[in-house]
Amino acid sequence: MKLSIQVNEGPYNHEASNSALNFARAALEAGHEIFRVFFYHDGVNNGTRYTTPPQDDRNIIQSWSDLAKEHNLDLVVCVAAAQRRGIVDEGEQQRNGKDGNNIADGFRISGLGQLIEAGIQSERLVVFGD
Amino acid sequence: MSDIKKFMYVNRKAPYGTIYAWESLEVVLIGAAFEQDVSMAFIDDGVYQLVKGQNTKELGIKNFSPTYTALGDYDVKKIYVEKESLEARGLTVDDLMPLKWEDENEDYAEKDSIQVLPAKELAGLLDDADVLLSF
Amino acid sequence: MAILHTINKSPFDKGSLDTCVRLASKGSAVLFIEDGVYGAMKGTAKSDVVEGAKGDLSFYVLGPDLKARGINEDKLIDGVEVVDYNGFVKLAVDNDKVQAWL
Repeated sequence: MKLSIQVNEGPYNHEASNSALNFARAALEAGHEIFRVFFYHDGVNNGTRYTTPPQDDRNIIQSWSDLAKEHNLDLVVCVAAAQRRGIVDEGEQQRNGKDGNNIADGFRISGLGQLIEAGIQSERLVVFGD
Repeated sequence: MSDIKKFMYVNRKAPYGTIYAWESLEVVLIGAAFEQDVSMAFIDDGVYQLVKGQNTKELGIKNFSPTYTALGDYDVKKIYVEKESLEARGLTVDDLMPLKWEDENEDYAEKDSIQVLPAKELAGLLDDADVLLSF
Repeated sequence: MAILHTINKSPFDKGSLDTCVRLASKGSAVLFIEDGVYGAMKGTAKSDVVEGAKGDLSFYVLGPDLKARGINEDKLIDGVEVVDYNGFVKLAVDNDKVQAWL
């Protein structure tokens, strides 16, 4: 089955991202396809490569990047929410005159239409948030 | 030929205390371009999003409540408010913004977009939806 | 047209369990995840909400979230079924759609 996931919260404040990651892994193991993981609201904070979490705990962002690489997942960070919260790729850096970018591996920044499209194209949309 | 899906946006949070109300509205506006069958459900504190007379000047936060009045222009005209949530908060439909849409099949007659429904009826609408989004 | 409802907050923190039960149609499934798992415990001030709805709704609770919080399965309301993440995925697939009561 084609599933999509929406993540509304950042990597550590709430359990949402962790739950979404575990759900995604289980879905892939069961042979389902993940059409897209869409990060909205503070969920965009899952898309920064500048975190340094303590070594004895999970590295959520790295885990998302690794899962994306292993399964060719489409991890999309909402551009409007990203602009508000300072998640920047090279395109956004140039467009908005920032002095750097911080997007993590495997993530891309795109519009809210990607969430709607995920709803249209997938058979299930599962939301994780607060 | 793409199938049209029934999208139901579930709103349960009050405005301004968190950004969910505004950012979920942004999804609805962008989503309008995809010409799906859109409904919005306002439940629990979500009903507060529709209260009229919001004035945010002294807070310095953008007052986004006028955007709800534009929903009719985006062809979003199915706005369901849960009766139990309204009543629990001491509100009636008169406390809410009078959201309207224009029915082109009836000479652009203005109609009310808001329907106050009891939980049992709203439950049926949730069951009918194809895609449920929560914020 | 059965929905899988997920509840991720404690019933003592938010009214999501009450709202879910009010708006879930007969034959739907409810899965407690994250802090929502406290809603599956017996002998609490909110246990009646699940007890009263058991006839119409099927209740599930995510095992890994229970274990994380030190909740033994013998503390759960009778009839609430423990599932793991594979079970969560199966519930999402077997029902028509998922409604997250955040």
